[in-house]
This record gives sequence, C-alpha cells and structure tokens, in this order.
Amino acid sequence: MKPTPLHDRHVALGGRMVDFAGWHMPIQYPAGQVEEHRCVRTSAGLFDVSHMGQLRFRGPDALDVVNRLITNDLAAVPVGKAQYTAFCRDDGGILDDAICYRLAEDDVMVVVNASNTARMVAWTAERATGLARPVDQSEGWALLALQGPEAPALLERILPGGAAMAPYAVRAVTEDLIVASTGYTGERGFELFVRPEAAGALFDRLVADGAHPIGLAARDTLRLELGYALYGNELDLTTNPLEAGLGWVTRLDKAGGFIGRDALLAVKAAGVQRRLVGLEIVGRGIARHGYPVLSSTGEVLGEVTSGTQSPTLGRAIAMAYVRRPHDAVGTTLAVDVRGRPVEARVAKPPFYRPPVRPL
Amino acid sequence: MGAPQNLRYTKDHEWARLDDDVVTVGITAYAQDQLGDIVYVEAPEAGARVAAHETFGTVESTKSVSDLVSPVTGTVSETNDRLVTDPAVMNSDPYGEGWIMKVAVTNPSELQALMTAEAYEAYVGSLGH
Repeated sequence: MKPTPLHDRHVALGGRMVDFAGWHMPIQYPAGQVEEHRCVRTSAGLFDVSHMGQLRFRGPDALDVVNRLITNDLAAVPVGKAQYTAFCRDDGGILDDAICYRLAEDDVMVVVNASNTARMVAWTAERATGLARPVDQSEGWALLALQGPEAPALLERILPGGAAMAPYAVRAVTEDLIVASTGYTGERGFELFVRPEAAGALFDRLVADGAHPIGLAARDTLRLELGYALYGNELDLTTNPLEAGLGWVTRLDKAGGFIGRDALLAVKAAGVQRRLVGLEIVGRGIARHGYPVLSSTGEVLGEVTSGTQSPTLGRAIAMAYVRRPHDAVGTTLAVDVRGRPVEARVAKPPFYRPPVRPL
Repeated sequence: MGAPQNLRYTKDHEWARLDDDVVTVGITAYAQDQLGDIVYVEAPEAGARVAAHETFGTVESTKSVSDLVSPVTGTVSETNDRLVTDPAVMNSDPYGEGWIMKVAVTNPSELQALMTAEAYEAYVGSLGH
C-alpha cells in the first residue's frame, strides 16, 4: 500500500488506516464518522485526497485534445474555471468521472479517481491526439480538500484574498500551489494542490487553525447526501452516462465529437433501459451496495449502488439502478435487505441541500 | 474501556450477565469500536427463542452489517426499546444502557463455558489491534 505525504500525521492523529485503491488511507479518526460528517456540515473539515491522480495537458491545443476525450464540452467554460465530466470508451462505458481545470489557454489539469489513475494514464496516452501530451503528475502533487461553511475563513488566514472565488473556479497561485473551489461534499470549500514536501506544514497549519481531519468514511456519507456518484459504485465500465444521470455532462452535439459519442447516440435513440435514482428508505433498515431493488409485487427491478444512514437527515438513503419505467420520482419500491423487503421511495437527489451562505 | 469483571464474553464479542435465571446480552466495547457509529439494530421480539452460537439479530453501523450471535439458549423476555430510537447508545455505553436483550435461560451453567474478563482481554489482545 502506498502512503500519502500525510501518512504519518494520520497515524499520529489516531486515524484508522485502511487499503483504498492501493493507498494507505484514514477511514476515520477517533472523533468517528458521524462526528466528522457533522463537522463538515457545520464548521470545516480537512481531507487528504492525495491519492487522486493528476493528468496535465500543456500545449497550444490542450483544450481540443482534452475535449476529444471527454463527454462534456470544456470549451464552454473559460480559463480559470473547472468542469465535471465523464470519460467513455468507444462503447459508451464509463472509464472515469473527473474534474478538468482550465489553468491557462494552453494548460488543462484533469483530476481522476485513485482507483482509475493507472488506467487513465494508459488510456489517455493511447487515445489523445495532438501536441499537448498527457503527463502523469500524480506523484508531484499532494491534494488537500478543505470543506465546510468555515472553509473560506480558514483559507483566508493562510492565503489572504484566496477565498474570493466563485464555485468551480481554479487559480494557479504559484507553480507549486493551485487553489480550486471544488469538492465532493456540497459545502463551500477548496481543493489545494501542493507539492508533497509542503503538504505536511499546510495540513498542520489548517488543523491548528481549527479544521477537523476527516476520513474516507465521512467523505462517503457526505457525497451520498448530495447524490454524487462514486466510481466503482454508481459508475463503471458497464454503465453509460445517459443512464447514470450524467446526461448533463454529455454533449452529444459537441463540435469535433468525443470518444464514445456514437455509442451514446445509439443508446439515446433506443432509449435507456434503466436509470440511476435516489431512494428514500421508508421502512426500517439500511440499503447497501448490491442489495436487490424490488417492485411492490416482488419483481427484481435493479440493484442498490450505495446506501447509508444519512447522518444529517437521520434516515436511510440510497442510490440504485432501476429498470424503466419504475424510476419515476415518488414510485414506491422495496429493497431486499438480507431477505426482508423494506419499503423505499424513488427520490430526486440531492437528499440534503446545504444552506446557501454568503460568499 | 476494560471488560467488566462481572460479565462473561464470547469470541463473537458479545457479553452476557446472569441475574437469577435471566441473562442480559450486549456487545463489547471492542465490538462497538470496530463497528463504528451504530445506526440500526435488529433484535428478536420478546417470546422468541434464541440458541447459543446462533444468530439472533444484526447490528448495522454507517459502514457495515454484522450478525449478532447469542451467547446463551433460552426465551427472550425483553429487548431494549431504546435501541430503536437511539442505537448510538451501544457505542457510548456498551456494557450498560446499550444492552440488547434479556433471555430467560434454560441452563444457567452455559455461562461457565464463556470467557472471563481476563480471558476475553487476552483474546482481544491476540487479535493484533
């Protein structure tokens, strides 16, 4: 298992370390998952996400090169902004979901999932066409996510003026520090790309200023309350963006097209067979990954992709693929919880919407 | 938290306490720590039969599901209603308010086969945590 540059700090803080996509990562600290979750919703949490991968495209055609690889249209956002997208194979299956950061006209950074980094490095090297070649910078960056209503104030203390960013913006402060107003929690917050040797001091400073270290377990419940997909649960090579609720980042009419477009046009023409939906669990029980989803008469309609007890809402929520036409919001279904049908209702995520706070 | 001296323990990390012919059952501090935040408990109703070494319910934390294995054989006389609305009490007070069920046992000597506090602590120590 690979350590991140912050590994020794996690251990010193009492973090429970687990293997995650080949990395030795803290699943939770002594505060515990529910308390960590609450800290992010009410104050500020600090996540080590250095395991994520960075691919850098530099060159006069960087924008076009990336745009031919992604389902979204990166030309639709200006330099200084970030964009969420999927990457698909020729058959429309999802290779990864990622965020593209437009750092300059000739400079795009793509942040991919740790579980897919090796595959994305290989795939982009094979399929990218143009002058801007993908460079794997994953070893060159540590990544800290500072998330929660107090995140802007904490960032201001170490980087005056730095928090004055609209959502989904990015700024290369120096060659060695990139600040982006992105995250995976639904809260206001920032992702800070720093050099591995500088990560420890930044982590210590933010913790000293009041940021709470947050493990992967709370990261998962935070994203699930927002209905954000997790690669390996909601998304994989057997799912396509149209059924996975990623139609909004799939620009089938994009100039120049993209890898997987023809397959997705065919899916669209035929109509998707199933859709990713949110489930509010009405009965007692927790729906877990892999549990069957049933109709009210017991017919299997699909499968749960993620499920948990929502710490903020105090009730069970889940995401699931459900065969059409049983995917309409409000439809009463059931989840087979270890042989026991538990009532569930189709809902449109987010399950929880953080209050709008002034910038 | 050390294992209380007045309880007996199983390798599945349940505890049992005999008062007259009724055994109170719960999970250990080690178990709740390993599970993490407990959010749901499924326990039998009063009147149900439970058997030693057999599953009698499940406990779910935010991250996983585990079977509950009964330390004794008998008839459930009472279950802890508080766990329905406040399952987290199993985390905060596993040996007290977080008890799961009371069982009217047919053979109180079953408890003699369970581990003492010392034996259980040695067992937990051997698990490498």
